[in-house]
Amino acid sequence: MSRVRADEEEYWHSSKFRAFTFDDEDDELSQLKESKRAVNSLRDIVDDDDDDLERVSWSGEPVGSISWSIKETASGSTSSLDGRDSSPQKGSSSYAALPKQASSYSLSSLFKGEGFLCATQLCLSLSALTDTGVKNYAPELRRPKAEYKDYSSDWSPKDTVRRMQRGKVCSLERFRSLQDKLVLLDEAVAGHDGNVITAVLIFLKRTLRREILFRELEVRQVALCHLIHFLRETGEQKFLLDLLRFLDRTEEVALSQYREHLNIQDVEKRREFLKGCIGLPFSAEDTSHIQDHYTLLERQIIIEANDRHLEMAGQSELFRKYPRKASILNMPLVTTLFYSCFYHYTEAEGMFSSPTNLKKTFKIPDKQYVLTALAARAKLRAWGDVDALLTTKNWLGYTKKKAPIGFHRVVEILQRNNAPVQVLQEYVRLVEDVETRLNLATKYKCHDVVIETYRDLKDRIQLTAYKCKVERGSAEEEKINSILNNMVRNYCF
Amino acid sequence: REDRGRSPQRDFHILFVPRRSLLCEQWLKEQGVLGSFIHREQYSLDLIPFDGDLLSMESESAFKECYLESDQTSLYHAAKGLMTLQALYGTIPQIFGKGDCARHVANMMIRMKREFPGSQNSVFPVFDTLLLLDRNVDLLTPLATQLTYEGLIDEIYGIQNTYVKLPPEKFAPKKQGEGGKDLPTEPKKLQLNSAEELYAEIRDKNFNAVGSVLSKKAKIISAAFEERHHAKTVGEIKQFVSQLPHMQAARSSLANHTSIAELIKDITTSEDFFDNLTVEQEFMSGIDTDKVNNYIEDCIAQKHPLIKILRLVCLQSVCNSGLKQKVLDHYKREILQTYGFEHILTLNNLEKAGLLKPQTGGRNNYPTIRKTLRLWMDDVNEQNPNDISYVYSGYAPLSVRLAQLLARPGWRSIEEVLKMLPGPHFEERQQLPTGLQKKRQHGENRVTLVFFLGGVTYAEIAALRFLSQMEDGGTEYVIATTKLINGTTWIKSLMEKLEPAPL
Repeated sequence: MSRVRADEEEYWHSSKFRAFTFDDEDDELSQLKESKRAVNSLRDIVDDDDDDLERVSWSGEPVGSISWSIKETASGSTSSLDGRDSSPQKGSSSYAALPKQASSYSLSSLFKGEGFLCATQLCLSLSALTDTGVKNYAPELRRPKAEYKDYSSDWSPKDTVRRMQRGKVCSLERFRSLQDKLVLLDEAVAGHDGNVITAVLIFLKRTLRREILFRELEVRQVALCHLIHFLRETGEQKFLLDLLRFLDRTEEVALSQYREHLNIQDVEKRREFLKGCIGLPFSAEDTSHIQDHYTLLERQIIIEANDRHLEMAGQSELFRKYPRKASILNMPLVTTLFYSCFYHYTEAEGMFSSPTNLKKTFKIPDKQYVLTALAARAKLRAWGDVDALLTTKNWLGYTKKKAPIGFHRVVEILQRNNAPVQVLQEYVRLVEDVETRLNLATKYKCHDVVIETYRDLKDRIQLTAYKCKVERGSAEEEKINSILNNMVRNYCF
Repeated sequence: REDRGRSPQRDFHILFVPRRSLLCEQWLKEQGVLGSFIHREQYSLDLIPFDGDLLSMESESAFKECYLESDQTSLYHAAKGLMTLQALYGTIPQIFGKGDCARHVANMMIRMKREFPGSQNSVFPVFDTLLLLDRNVDLLTPLATQLTYEGLIDEIYGIQNTYVKLPPEKFAPKKQGEGGKDLPTEPKKLQLNSAEELYAEIRDKNFNAVGSVLSKKAKIISAAFEERHHAKTVGEIKQFVSQLPHMQAARSSLANHTSIAELIKDITTSEDFFDNLTVEQEFMSGIDTDKVNNYIEDCIAQKHPLIKILRLVCLQSVCNSGLKQKVLDHYKREILQTYGFEHILTLNNLEKAGLLKPQTGGRNNYPTIRKTLRLWMDDVNEQNPNDISYVYSGYAPLSVRLAQLLARPGWRSIEEVLKMLPGPHFEERQQLPTGLQKKRQHGENRVTLVFFLGGVTYAEIAALRFLSQMEDGGTEYVIATTKLINGTTWIKSLMEKLEPAPL
């Protein structure tokens, strides 16, 4: 295997991946002691509950982390290496959550609160207990391992997993047979450590044929979930989709594929992609949404092209007066409707950019439509259009004002767009709930409405009180006076 | 790599917190820079103490991983954190739990204990009981708007690692005679924990009860400062001066919290907050949970922030044990049309997590659960509460109720209801070395560690603290969790990331 080395040092310290041989090279020790020391200073504290004699062989050194070796062989070249990428880490000891340290740091300094690693209370509380109980379950903390340990004996799957859980480097290459690999996987799953499970899965992914891997994972739910999570994180879309298809998780396949559209920036390509998504096995409801998404984008592209043209030509007054702040591409449907009601309100239904076309194509409910159109026309101060929206003709030809959203909402929207009082008044008058009507009328100074309402309520007191809110000598004051007089007259009779 | 070329003398180190991950290293390798780091270490933080009675792993993705992706790695770390805790504070003799994740953590704990017998230590057990709770046993509580002082600060401004950033205008020091022209533009950063006396006093109170505490405090501090006029002898003056720093700290603390309370009040007295809360409380008390809600529709129509909408519809769904298909479809359609079709992915996630789903089986269990566990209390007293329901002004957090009932009279009395909640419930006992069996003195409180797997809110913490200080409660609580959450951050963690990650 050849690799590109970043620099000499890296080369020296990195390890070559070799078939697992056990060369007893004791004599090399003295020669390599220096380099070993350098290597060791990068090692984490090695767990020493096995009480092994130190293995000294240098050439039998295990490879770097599994993923490293996999990447190595898979990609064929890497730009830089690290020889000591250790396999997934866990806490150094069984339970102590102490930070790991290179052996060059003295542990007592840790407990004294020095060193860059001591920041949390946990550290300090642990240091308080140093003298009492730490020793029992974290022996290596007392005896920093300065020597790099080698692993040349055959570890069983169970032990391999154990060692990986403790963060020691393990070569998985020795597990060649399918049987062995599966045992290893099961052991990893039983150990619950996600990192270890992922590491083993990466190894299996690389060394097993897909069909076999899929078949075996189908009956191993936990490992399966881990692999799927891993594939999602690394973005290996194709592999993931193949796996999901194998498992017949059709809806997930569909959604996973649909998710990809977010990575496509170019609108045309995105549109094509969405078109392709339509046939996917979504649930019935979702299918219609995906269809809508595609159709919407398709329309938006057309509208955008057209409008940009119009804008640049400079002929349209509307576009000149209200230049567009953003493109309509990829906007939600309702936003598109608003845009259409703003710039293309009067267009015939046949045009893609007309609001009525949008309403029909996407089956936009009346309520939503009226609300959006109202907001758009109000912004343009087109009070006539607003009125038309809210007027319906019944079969006798009589017109009636109707709002599917409640007139108080209408008033709110109009007020937000600074509608003149006369316009507001029209609609405040139509608010059904009396209290709301009075509140709004008073708030927005729709005097006539207030007066009329109090008159209908026959509330003399309030009416009289309201007199002070209107201008002296105004038409409103006169109105109040005449009503009050009428009331008196009525009582007299 | 660029940096390396620029300054070959420099050493680069990398510290993985809380733990090294294979994926990280792989990515670094792909970038070709992994070898450039001289030291690659991991700084294992399992459980981080946030306060005297609060520990958190701060693992944001724990809920998503466990419930959406069936990846229980974070539970493994929770178990390890618990083992560390036991190493420091003694083996916990009794373990109770409810939920699949809880079961899994307990299994791992027992197994870890078995596999490492050398871990027996001679520490007197501090905890009597461990209660493991899955977040999905109580999906309701995080969705509701919290109403305690600390809860509201988190809901509105977001508390990050006990710090909060606030708009600076109210904190500008008022100089005499100046119009305050130099307003600070940087947000004001404050640390919030129990070391601050005043904060410890008001943090867990219902917000409506905070005002009176602040005004009382103001009087006390004013009076204290007035003392200086009474100090006549040198001795008295000296005494006064020695207390000065403490009084000044108290005064500045009061000023800060008065400002914060004002900021919060602006929000809580707004019409929108009131309307939102009304709808939440309607749902929680079981009113009209089976129809499309007008307020929610209005909010969608006015394009309120999506997370707000999602919280409300999920709340409705949970309070109805799932929505009728027609109602669900209606909401989904409105949301997709208003906010964009790409949110199908998020809605799918919410369904998978059980937050927004169609009703299966046609039965709504929530009213039974609500009535049996007394989750909705009409006569709530916000000023002088007598029940945990004060934290939501009427709604008692389901999770805390379960803890409360466990202590007294025990879960056997609510077997039926427990069966309606997801996941198994169980009890385990761990052997204590002889001689360490603790005999509780009469009147001495038991200590229970409640571990929320998937997240916990400040309101729930407040409720547990309330139980701790109850006169004849009998139990004190310490809280641990995978993450401190509120409805917004929680839902956000379940949303599909819609922009491609920047590289």
